[in-house]
Amino acid sequence: MRLINRRPDRTSWMLLAALPFVAVLIAYALGSAVRLAENPSDKLLPGLTSFVDAIDRMAFTPDKRTGDILLWLDTGTSLMRLAAGIAIAAAGGLLVGLAAGLLPYVRATLAPFVTVVSMVPPLAVLPILFIMVGLGEASKITLIVVGVLPCLIRDLMLKIDDLPRQQLIKAQTLGANSWTIAIRVVLPQILPRLIDSIRLNLGPAWLFLISAEAIASESGLGYRIFLVRRYLAMDVILPYVAWITLLCFLMDLGLRVLQRRAFPWFEDARAGS
Amino acid sequence: MTQISVRDVWKEYGEQVVLERINLEIAPRSFVALVGPSGCGKTTFLRMLLSQEVPTRGDILIDGVPISPEPGPDRGVVFQRYSVFPHLTVLGNVLLGAELKGGGVLGRLFGTARRQAKEEAAKLLDAVGLSHALDKYPAQLSGGMQQRLALAQALIAKPKVLLLDEPFGALDPGIRGDVHKLMRKLWHEHPMSVVMVTHDLSEAFHLGTRVIAFDRRRNLPEERLRYGASITNDIEVWPRRVAGNPGFGKDPNPPRRDDPATVDGQPDRDDPADAA
Repeated sequence: MRLINRRPDRTSWMLLAALPFVAVLIAYALGSAVRLAENPSDKLLPGLTSFVDAIDRMAFTPDKRTGDILLWLDTGTSLMRLAAGIAIAAAGGLLVGLAAGLLPYVRATLAPFVTVVSMVPPLAVLPILFIMVGLGEASKITLIVVGVLPCLIRDLMLKIDDLPRQQLIKAQTLGANSWTIAIRVVLPQILPRLIDSIRLNLGPAWLFLISAEAIASESGLGYRIFLVRRYLAMDVILPYVAWITLLCFLMDLGLRVLQRRAFPWFEDARAGS
Repeated sequence: MTQISVRDVWKEYGEQVVLERINLEIAPRSFVALVGPSGCGKTTFLRMLLSQEVPTRGDILIDGVPISPEPGPDRGVVFQRYSVFPHLTVLGNVLLGAELKGGGVLGRLFGTARRQAKEEAAKLLDAVGLSHALDKYPAQLSGGMQQRLALAQALIAKPKVLLLDEPFGALDPGIRGDVHKLMRKLWHEHPMSVVMVTHDLSEAFHLGTRVIAFDRRRNLPEERLRYGASITNDIEVWPRRVAGNPGFGKDPNPPRRDDPATVDGQPDRDDPADAA
């Protein structure tokens, strides 16, 4: 049989999927064991016990100085910033994208501007944000918005262009005006596509969050890993990275489930067109 | 009653003349089929009737009044594809017409008005044979069912003119026959004129009261740019069909297969006894 026609069955599929993860773990364990055999106080590839200690210290024991449990404190502040940033970007993207996608006058006014703004590297404007809105929460949330909003607007405009022209004509022959077309025909079809767009922008949003936290912050997941970097505390950094990855994965999964539940028509419609 | 008048209409895209000197009077309650080779501008003509495109020259009038420069509820449409809204159920798609028309700022109806609109929509869906699929989404329907849905959806807005752009072109032959029957029934029952673009001649003669052919009179390569298509044939379909009267012109007692041949419905038997 040709290779393109050979398919793993369910069990081998799962085994194969697990393979790279297991391989990385084994490679780490070997490297760690070799280094620790040479130097028991090696900090670069800590062993399992150091991880357990670190996780216990960060996630389950209150901090001696403040009484906070650091992991949960960091997770809470980071997620709050991320959620606020993404929510503002999504709302703004929906509003501007819808207006610019439907109304040629708005498009003429905004599309070139948004295109240019989306080319500005968001991290390059971070100093400006720190100067203008200060070092508090606002600058971090603004950075996420600045980074994600132009992409969402451009993406939604393209998605509206992709809606068959016939639908807009048809709605007009049913007596719709511009506003009712926007809320009854375009908005409901754009919302599931907005979720797709947010999913794709989760990665950049985390990137902006962690950068902002690394530079000026007092708590947050990004702040913590950059703080403990000074002590080469790999036993803290690696679990934090894994935790961030897990959070990111769960958010993506949650959005996917939301899309399927809230817009049951979407999957079939997308496959059919 | 809806009279459509097309007066000396031209359509050009830049240098390219697509249609020229189109003059046409369409009588109320007609079923006009537009035929012609691909690229002859029949769909462009339909789009102008719909106001999706604007004529370069000339006027299109409905009952003596120039049509609005944008699509409106006086002219309904069914396209070959994408006529229905994928995010609404079958019932929701038909209900949308009523809701957009009478639903105000929200584009929604509530309470009694909604119930009435729902009943009306359900009745229309029953007429097109979709009453068993009210809660399905269009993506779950076959092509033929989607086109029936599109018909019901267009009809709830009670258009004066129904425009069909190759509506049955993508359907299987067997299903197409059923939808033809339905289309003829709807034309008889609803007070509207129909203009249909089709590339299928038999469909045109099967459904229409009048078949209009578009073609280019000059089609040499060097002429093609500056000469557009115009109406080359205008054929009244015989036996005549009369809207609202499905039995018109049909023998109520048609002869059966082995009956003797008839003239004027009288037995034509060469029986010497009759001659006497």
